[in-house]
Amino acid sequence: MVYEVFRQERKGQPFQHAGAVAAPNREFAEAYAREQYGRRGESVALWVVRRDAVVEIDDFVDELERNYHRVDGYPLKEKLREARERAGTAADRDR
Amino acid sequence: MNDTDFLEYVQGGGQVETGDWMPDEYRAKLIKFIEMHGNSELMGVLPEREWILRAPTLQRKLALTAKVQDEVGHAQLIYRVVEDLGKPREACLEDLVAGKAKFHNVFHYPTKTWGDVGVIAWLVDAAAIISQKALLKCSYAPYARIMKKICWEESFHILHGRDVILTMMNGTDEQRELVQEALDRWWGPLMHFHGNPIPGDEDPMLVWRIKSQGNEEARQQFLDGYVPQIWELGLTVPDPKLRKNDDGVWEYTEPDWDELREVVTGHGPKTEERLDLRRLARENSAWVRAVVLAEAA
Amino acid sequence: MSERAQLLIEIADDELILGWRNSEWTGIAPFLEEDVAFSSIAQNEIGHARALYQLVADELGTTADELAFDRSPQEYRCSRFVQLQLVPDWARTIARHVLYEEADEQRIAELKASDDPDVAGLAAKIDREEVYHRLHAKMWHDRLASEPRYVEALDELRPLVSERGEPTPDFEQLWEEMAMVRRSVPGATW
Repeated sequence: MVYEVFRQERKGQPFQHAGAVAAPNREFAEAYAREQYGRRGESVALWVVRRDAVVEIDDFVDELERNYHRVDGYPLKEKLREARERAGTAADRDR
Repeated sequence: MNDTDFLEYVQGGGQVETGDWMPDEYRAKLIKFIEMHGNSELMGVLPEREWILRAPTLQRKLALTAKVQDEVGHAQLIYRVVEDLGKPREACLEDLVAGKAKFHNVFHYPTKTWGDVGVIAWLVDAAAIISQKALLKCSYAPYARIMKKICWEESFHILHGRDVILTMMNGTDEQRELVQEALDRWWGPLMHFHGNPIPGDEDPMLVWRIKSQGNEEARQQFLDGYVPQIWELGLTVPDPKLRKNDDGVWEYTEPDWDELREVVTGHGPKTEERLDLRRLARENSAWVRAVVLAEAA
Repeated sequence: MSERAQLLIEIADDELILGWRNSEWTGIAPFLEEDVAFSSIAQNEIGHARALYQLVADELGTTADELAFDRSPQEYRCSRFVQLQLVPDWARTIARHVLYEEADEQRIAELKASDDPDVAGLAAKIDREEVYHRLHAKMWHDRLASEPRYVEALDELRPLVSERGEPTPDFEQLWEEMAMVRRSVPGATW
């Protein structure tokens, strides 16, 4: 069985996928993950997960350009220029 | 995607993951290349193993054992990548011991003294690291990722090698002789290591962006980095033609490329003996794999 | 030599020779993941030997390396059990590993209770590393428990655990190889 190993380099860092080990069960997988990804003290923590427990999703659909909840949905340059101009003109009028 | 689009994609720096579509040729070349790398790590263990048992101090014993352990660990990482590309580890190992698969030239040669231990860790590993660094940008991402870990671990190997060599060079005349004698024997294989020069557009490894460096470029990098290190210790290189010309290019006696071909196709001085050792070890432990890895996916 | 030194040397010799024997598997273990794991165990054992030798070396005015390499075969105090060359037999290798860890656990517990703070301190450190060795041994024991060749191996090796005496022929051979490079240029630094 293949077990995927995720490692955390330092406290506070995210767990990142580091590789995989072949093992017959959890006990062996733990021992082998410990060795391959921690014998030099290079990780403070590991997550060891059976490969078939990992669900991969790699297809995302956005046919209708849902930019309203992204930063690129807000092109403000024009409006800002217009607003600044108007404020500038108003300021001139008030002088 | 079709072959042409794919080629454009990788040549533009595109990365490929395990589940992505890839041309059959790309997959086949990748498997062969990466499998050879795995085989080399595994076969590279054998010349050094003997010296683990003869290490002259506890520190050297630990360091050398750790170094060889790393190489086994690298083989594990590498064969996992091959397995995810479609060729199971057991199939790779079967092909290896049957003499059907290749591994790097340097691991077909004998080690004779502690001098070899130093020269291998210092220079052979250095040559290997140059090649390995050129794989950090491999278009096939899973391989590029393990190369990062491999390169990081190799850094101590080279320091260990240098330490062994410097200690001997600062020691007795006999020890200095051991180093020079080992270097004399390893120079040929080192010059062969990066392979015969191939024009960039004829090298499929470069075309598919599996490697980012041609053979000659790698060799030049090796010479540039390590010949000065060799000379500054008062050691000589057994090639009277070796020199850096005014254009900054290293000139040398053209290696015998036929010898390289002979060796990597399984006719090196130690090839058969080492494959036999591997085969025997596998046969003796087949029962263990059956009991432990039977359900291995 | 003090009683303390003699005891420590006995344990150090066991760890050194067992570690040396276990390191023979590096590169040719049954499969790659286990190769890496077992090599760490071998390295730890040698590391323990080194630390134990260091304590004795301080007392005797010598070095750990000299104690580890420069005695004659007759002067080593390791059990006959650890001297056996067991490669390529994995069943006997694991049997020895399991039996050794069992016996060693008791020995370390006694050392941890020592009046000597250096000894007790080192024993505590060694014990913490041994936790993983014991887990590894148990893991394999559980997996191989119903394999006839493993059960046979345990039966064969169990009586030998505490046997000490004249060095075995296996040991003489090991000693020759161990000291080969070191003796090739006597007195040299490596």
